[in-house]
Amino acid sequence: MTASTMNMSHVTDDAPVTARSPLQLALRRLRADRVAVASAAVIALAVVVALAAPLATVLTGHDPNMQYRETGLDSFGTPVGPNSEFWLGTDQLGRDLFVRLAYGARISLLVGALATVCSLGIGTLVGLVAGFRRGKVDVVLNWLMDTTLSLPQLLFAISLVSLAGPGLAVTVAVIVLFTWAPIARVVRGQVLSLREREFVEAATSLGAKNRRIMAVDILPNLLVPIVIYGTLLVPQAIVFEAMLSFLGLGVLPPTATWGNMLAAASAGSLYTVAWWMVAFPAAALLALTLAFNLLGDSVRDALDPRHSFRTERAKKARRKALAADAARDEKAEEIRS
Amino acid sequence: MTRFLLRRIASGLLTLFAISVLMFTLFYVAPNDPARTLAGPQATNAQVDQVRERLGLDQPVLERYGQFVEGLLRGDLGYSYYNQEPVLDTIVSRLPVTASVAFGAIAVALVVGVLVGIAAARRPGSLLDRASTLFVLSGLSVPTFVLGLVLLYLLFYQLTTNGLPIFPAAGYVPFTENPAEWARHLVLPWITVAFVTAATYARLTRGQLLGVLEEDYIRTARSKGLSERRVVYRHGLRSSVTPIFTQFGLDLGLLMGGLVVTEQIFGLNGIGRVAVDSVTRGDQPVIVGVMLVASFFVVLANILVDLGYALLDSRVRVA
Repeated sequence: MTASTMNMSHVTDDAPVTARSPLQLALRRLRADRVAVASAAVIALAVVVALAAPLATVLTGHDPNMQYRETGLDSFGTPVGPNSEFWLGTDQLGRDLFVRLAYGARISLLVGALATVCSLGIGTLVGLVAGFRRGKVDVVLNWLMDTTLSLPQLLFAISLVSLAGPGLAVTVAVIVLFTWAPIARVVRGQVLSLREREFVEAATSLGAKNRRIMAVDILPNLLVPIVIYGTLLVPQAIVFEAMLSFLGLGVLPPTATWGNMLAAASAGSLYTVAWWMVAFPAAALLALTLAFNLLGDSVRDALDPRHSFRTERAKKARRKALAADAARDEKAEEIRS
Repeated sequence: MTRFLLRRIASGLLTLFAISVLMFTLFYVAPNDPARTLAGPQATNAQVDQVRERLGLDQPVLERYGQFVEGLLRGDLGYSYYNQEPVLDTIVSRLPVTASVAFGAIAVALVVGVLVGIAAARRPGSLLDRASTLFVLSGLSVPTFVLGLVLLYLLFYQLTTNGLPIFPAAGYVPFTENPAEWARHLVLPWITVAFVTAATYARLTRGQLLGVLEEDYIRTARSKGLSERRVVYRHGLRSSVTPIFTQFGLDLGLLMGGLVVTEQIFGLNGIGRVAVDSVTRGDQPVIVGVMLVASFFVVLANILVDLGYALLDSRVRVA
């Protein structure tokens, strides 16, 4: 036994020193963050409800699209409130709100996940190529990003829907169309500085092809911003789908989505006689988006503690200010060029 | 300065040109056939051809694009398929509604957001700061249509049924007709849009101000014995103003392009409503017109922001 290991054993009397990967460190920080744990619980609940939606049908004996005109509407034909048969009340057609809420979670999560994955894929690819190849490719891709960002999004989205006809696939496509550009811009900025680093030079001098350098050397370094951006993208996508559905331009009725349910409550001012038609879908939507936003903030703190938003002490604020300054200078640079 | 401005205007025009090509291609060249849509599902081929001829859709594509651009330059956006009215007239007549909501809401958002941001930045980590973080996060999470519906239920329905008819449910009264009624009808839309928008300003102001208050010149100002109020508002806020201004310009451009959801909820006949109506009717000239006008506002706001930026921040001033 050498002197150094003896020293070590002295320090780590009871617990052996274990090396932790950055991922393990981040997960530890996340677990210690009560807000993150609570948010993750809300999201997990939504996922379970979405997956177990058929179970809601079994439990209540109600089909999501079946109209229970006898029991679900009172003698004036207005929806009935929460009771033992309809746990969260019914809508204007006498359909079970609880069952529809559970099925609606499927659409929200599906759209959120699909749109985020597609958007991250496209955004990362475009940003990677633009930042790595530079030159003409960069100019063209950059211009494409700028033009996308200067389109009035919602208006453009609804005009595209008018062309393609509403539906789930179109909804996802429209969301992706408006979310890839900011990701591409962030990735491009990172790649521009990464490609000047020594390890890229080393790979080049070893004869690695561009494609390999992008995939093996640069891409792993982009994971942190991509994960952070991804978590914050999910709630955006969920809200956008709900908004399109609310306008009657997203996923079409009778499919149960939270946006459709809110649209039904808004139409003909039904919310005045049936508060539950607003309250439950709105609460569900708000809880889910808030949970994703909070989790997104926590993930950022955990992966990148330098930008912590919670431990707000002067020194950290100072660092943040420097980052803000850098952003301002970048904008200034953009205007100058 | 003039050169910078000219270059910005040129690039703005280029963007608008690109959008016009895009819109034209999408709506008048792509596989969809407005003539068939308009003629109805039962129309015979001959009837469809007749409609196509009447709309001038039988001419070659480039010629049509030429006419389209020529029209644009004369301020002619074509005629609605639905009611044959000039598109530009329709949009201009709805502009006051959207402008009323947009300007009012953004003014409220700016004041509230900046004040919340300042309050939070003066005592980082305090209870007030935490409350402001909650404000920001809920503002960023709540969709406008949810907030609008909740406000309608609480502030219109509950108050009215309880004998306090302060807020109307819907409608618009022109300012020139009755300023008080105009404001009364717009309070709920203003709150709805402002809450969501104010979150951005609060976050921005707080972040900026926190950084600035660490600067040496702020310490100097304090050591000169200036009041805290003066230090924060005169010295601190001044150098935080540019990014807030940027956001303000971009938001205003976007809001002017139509508050689709808000107008829908509060029964306001603005540009957003025109857009939704024309989409459901398949009224393509109106859709294209609204898109172009909205893009124009966004591009214009971008130019104004860059211009204001150069004026406000000497570090950006171009030689």
